[in-house]
Amino acid sequence: MKEHLFEYLLRLGDDSLILGHRVSEWCGHGPILEEDIALTNISLDLIGQATSLLKYAGEVEGKGRDEDQLAFLRLEHDYKNCLLVEQLNGDFGMTIMRQFLFDAYRLPLFEALIHSSDSQLAAIAEKSLKETKYHYRHSAEWVIRLGDGTEESHERIQKAVNSLFKYHVDLFFTNHVDDALLKEGIVPEMKAIHNKWMESVKNVFSEATLEIPSNNWEQSGGRLGRHSEHLGLLLAEMQYMQRAYPNMEW
Amino acid sequence: MQLAMEQKYSQEELEKRFQDKIDNDIKIEPNDWMPDAYRKTLVRQISQHAHSEIVGMLPEGNWITRAPNLRRKAVLLAKVQDEAGHGLYLYSAVETLGADREETIDDLHSGKAKYSSIFNYPTLTWADMGAVGWLVDGAAIMNQVPLCRCSYGPYARAMVRVCKEESFHQRQGYEIIAKLAQGTPEQKEMAQDALNRFWWPSLMMFGPNDDDSPNSALSIKWKIKRFSNDELRQQFIDVTVPQAELIGLTVPDKDLKFNEETGHYEHGPINWDEFWEVVKGNGPCNEDRINTRRSAKENGEWVRAAANAFAEKRKMRVAV
Repeated sequence: MKEHLFEYLLRLGDDSLILGHRVSEWCGHGPILEEDIALTNISLDLIGQATSLLKYAGEVEGKGRDEDQLAFLRLEHDYKNCLLVEQLNGDFGMTIMRQFLFDAYRLPLFEALIHSSDSQLAAIAEKSLKETKYHYRHSAEWVIRLGDGTEESHERIQKAVNSLFKYHVDLFFTNHVDDALLKEGIVPEMKAIHNKWMESVKNVFSEATLEIPSNNWEQSGGRLGRHSEHLGLLLAEMQYMQRAYPNMEW
Repeated sequence: MQLAMEQKYSQEELEKRFQDKIDNDIKIEPNDWMPDAYRKTLVRQISQHAHSEIVGMLPEGNWITRAPNLRRKAVLLAKVQDEAGHGLYLYSAVETLGADREETIDDLHSGKAKYSSIFNYPTLTWADMGAVGWLVDGAAIMNQVPLCRCSYGPYARAMVRVCKEESFHQRQGYEIIAKLAQGTPEQKEMAQDALNRFWWPSLMMFGPNDDDSPNSALSIKWKIKRFSNDELRQQFIDVTVPQAELIGLTVPDKDLKFNEETGHYEHGPINWDEFWEVVKGNGPCNEDRINTRRSAKENGEWVRAAANAFAEKRKMRVAV
């Protein structure tokens, strides 16, 4: 059970870590000052979540790895984040759509995980849920604003949907890890999370006058460590200090 | 209120009443009468300050994605976010003087408005995050603490909050550099190199020598400024040199010595040619910094247009 919980915590922790990294790339480049503040804050929340989740993952694993060793010193295929979060920022519309598709998944997931039979995971979920509610409100409001704003903004955010929608199945990937944890009451049934996600997406898209792409093209593999080309470059940057100056205190 | 005042009193009386308030440490508020030159000086100074906060996000933002551990990454993110917040208060303070935020920002992008020259130096290593916090925020605090008592109310109040956060920034910077100075030989070298590169530009942050500072006398009379450039610079050196010594780093000034009689450090000559070159736009990063800010604005144009269009549509729907 330990190794399953470890695996599951890596998925959650890596999602936060990699998306936190991506969002932090906006710092100083936002479309308005208020968004610079909002995006930096979201990134900060995500890095905080990654810290709690990876710290706990290290404890569960029991091999003496701490949150920094897990965050900075694994190889690319050992990262278990979904493909969605590692995708490039693109324009503000792409960043917002990526965030929305993710927040709409994370919100019901954390809502369920606060009832986890694992008390540590439940506590982390409770703290993260408060943050995720704000993230969801922020991203959903922007999706609606951009979708129902100008012709240009509508076109851009629809393009973002068309480009990112194929990664959504990866969010709901399950295997024997989830089955085992579900039996123990540690994680919720993914089907229910998927349904709630679909409901949010439909409601927000309807208000934003956006459409779900008609093709069924799907991309997944993130949870198994099979990533897109973008992750390697992201890690090269993120791991730079730890790789260039090994075994030092900072 | 201002109009009524202007009708009731002559220009001379208005100026006298204004100066009396300042002499009695009564704050000037947005709707009070004030001389045009006072307003202009404040608009220039506060907007320069706001621009410095915003441009100042870039050299530190440069290391967020490469921070060496999660704790440092979170602290750096929080610090850069604070700076964006300071920019926001300060732009709001400028608006109380009748200036327009958009126009103020356009003046930055066109080169008409200045910002602190220190941000035109590059951040080359992780140790620079320490040096920037320790020295640059340290120097900023010296400048800004007296501004909490500035005669203009909105600016003084904004500075109270800004200074609280800046003092955290200074401490986190010193903590980074102290950790490196106690680390491996590579880390020590990184720390010393950062001090070597940031020391002199930090001294320049206080502005030209008092003899060459044209705006100072009036600003002191108006209690916008409370201390001269040289006084503040001296205070910074006196505080900072022992901090460097404490962690075993060497201040890169061979003429630096402590004068037992005055109780102050004496320093070598500052390269004012370099200072003026950077102010004119010829520093290592001037072009990059402004181009980055400009493209943030240009790339965000469609987002702002969408937000406005959406707000209009909603207003119409509510009206119907």
